[in-house]
Amino acid sequence: MKIKNIIITFFSAIALLLSTSVVSFAKVVGDKIVLGAAVSLTGKYSSNGVHTQNGYNMAVDRINSMGGIKVGGKTYKFEIIYYDDESNPKRAAQLAERLISQDGVEFMLGPYSSGLTKAMAPVTEKYGVPMVEANGASRSLFTKGYKYLFAVLAPANLYLDVAIRTAVELNGGKGVKIAQAFEQDAFSQDVRLGILDAAKDTGSEIIIDDKLPKELNDMAATLVKVKQMKPDVLVVSGHTKGALTAIRQISEMKVDVPMLAMTHCDAAKLSKQHGKNSQYALCASQWHKTLTYKDKWFKDGMTYDADFTKMFGYAPPYQAAESSAALLVFKDAFERANSFDQKKVRDALAATDMQTFYGNIKFAPGGQNVSKPMVLFQVMCDSSGKCENKVVAPLKWASAKLIHPIPKWSER
Amino acid sequence: MDFMVFQYPMITVQACLDGILLGILFALIAYGMALQWGVMNIINIAQGDLVILGGYIAYFMYLYGIHPAWGVIVSPIIMYFVGIGIYKLVINKVVDRDLFISILATFGISILFMQLMNFAFGADVVLANSGYGTTFLFDNNVVLPNSKIFSAFVSIVFAICLVIYMKKSKLGRAIRATAQNARAAKILGVDTEKVYAATFGINAALCGVAGALISITFTIHPYMGLPYTIRSFMIVIVAGLGNLPGVALSGMGLGVFEEFADYILGTEFRIGSVFLLLVLILVYRRFKLSKKREYLK
Repeated sequence: MKIKNIIITFFSAIALLLSTSVVSFAKVVGDKIVLGAAVSLTGKYSSNGVHTQNGYNMAVDRINSMGGIKVGGKTYKFEIIYYDDESNPKRAAQLAERLISQDGVEFMLGPYSSGLTKAMAPVTEKYGVPMVEANGASRSLFTKGYKYLFAVLAPANLYLDVAIRTAVELNGGKGVKIAQAFEQDAFSQDVRLGILDAAKDTGSEIIIDDKLPKELNDMAATLVKVKQMKPDVLVVSGHTKGALTAIRQISEMKVDVPMLAMTHCDAAKLSKQHGKNSQYALCASQWHKTLTYKDKWFKDGMTYDADFTKMFGYAPPYQAAESSAALLVFKDAFERANSFDQKKVRDALAATDMQTFYGNIKFAPGGQNVSKPMVLFQVMCDSSGKCENKVVAPLKWASAKLIHPIPKWSER
Repeated sequence: MDFMVFQYPMITVQACLDGILLGILFALIAYGMALQWGVMNIINIAQGDLVILGGYIAYFMYLYGIHPAWGVIVSPIIMYFVGIGIYKLVINKVVDRDLFISILATFGISILFMQLMNFAFGADVVLANSGYGTTFLFDNNVVLPNSKIFSAFVSIVFAICLVIYMKKSKLGRAIRATAQNARAAKILGVDTEKVYAATFGINAALCGVAGALISITFTIHPYMGLPYTIRSFMIVIVAGLGNLPGVALSGMGLGVFEEFADYILGTEFRIGSVFLLLVLILVYRRFKLSKKREYLK
């Protein structure tokens, strides 16, 4: 009996030792800092999931080739363990658990979309694993008091705020009439809350407030109301489906509205899929290549755009740019913390204050980035029918003048 | 609740016309479902996914510079063979089993198709631009996109062709005979196996036409099939099997119902209201059925 006990104790001690040493090896193996990420490589978010992964990979490549990360006088390189979360929140939560408890990852990168980030955040929080995410903008992520979650992007409620303020400014500071249609998902509803706040601030009135279903592919009813009630601004947010459906039906039904503001235009490749019909649409974006932010690794937006296009064969949407920025934030935090202690890295992340090619990054206590404004671009086409997105607001970054009001269909 | 739709007569007209045009398209999909339900006693859950696949065929033609309206011709031809393929691989093994097995099997096909389409075409929402203009009625107060009119027109043409084909051709008669009594048809020399395959193929072809039309009028996405399955199921339930005018009418009725639900309850309840209506109709049918039974006692 006694001998058996001793043997059991002995083996469990060895097992314990091995398991802890595996964990501590997993986070930093030799000269590698291993980050974990679950991204959507299949399922409904797979296109944006791939943009996210490409953004991460591009930054890893760049940081490693430019000398890596210096911690405690030693140079390390980044490496990422990827899993496919199948665009499924449950799977994402499982994978977070697996990355942390089986693979021993101690630092995480975020998945694509607010919904999946929401599923993973409680897990990373539970284990005290710092997570820098670049694709979850929902406001509810930042009101839960998470300590280990940091988002490099502006929260969802700010997406179209600037559109309303611009419309009011152009209206001589008087409130405007707003018509809005939002999909019923966490992200779009947050965008809606932002509009409500902006309307309240500026004394604007919301005259149409429609909700769109997930299976949305027809919003004719909303547009008929818009025709009848003639608002000053029409705001639509329903991911790529919403943007494509809105432009298709607005152009087919010849709906005249002085300002049309949307989200997800670049993900929907509006100007490519709709050509001239998408002209004058205003789109909220986290990033645009013409912005003049600079950093050491990617230089600026234009260089990033060119390098990314060379590496992956297509122009980077903002989802890729913000994902690359997440790695820059991690590198900076590791170097300032000068340690791999999760708490220290967390504190260093919280104290981040830097400029990247993607924008300035400084986190509020909730974890959202508060020092980078959203930009608005407008789809502008030349006479040959070639359309381009040009930044029109905020004025500091504008590369073209906002065309307002949108010309009537009968005059185009 | 918003009763604006009744306050402005022009909006009422708009809603009715939109609904009818949409309903005709739904009826085409439902007709395929009714056909295969009647002949093979199979409820095809993958109906909507076949529609979306048909839509992708038109979309790819559009990508390669061919006008997507040609998809109306090309897509059914390709889809016919896809349908035959599915029949040979899966459906012929479940065709004479009970309904539950076939629902499970087609549900599996539906999931498989969604994932395959996602894998092959990506998860982006896409559409094909027809470049058709817009028709203005009543002093510009009612606006109808020509693409919607085009799709209703094409649906009607295909429905008429199909009815004539079913009445006149040898295969059409064999299909109808099999629907009435498969065993008797077999005894009288009808190759029911061939009839089943053809029926499934024809259904897939109809889905192909509808899909091409949807890519022109709305948008397509690998996961958008289910609402079309539900709508056609609903139309068939209301109209009954083998009742073509009934399918057409209940299709248009459903279209108008959806439009009005959209205006009155809000767009978010559009699909929800279809589900609700489905439940109500099923309950009502059940209620009627149980009454009859009591009466017989």
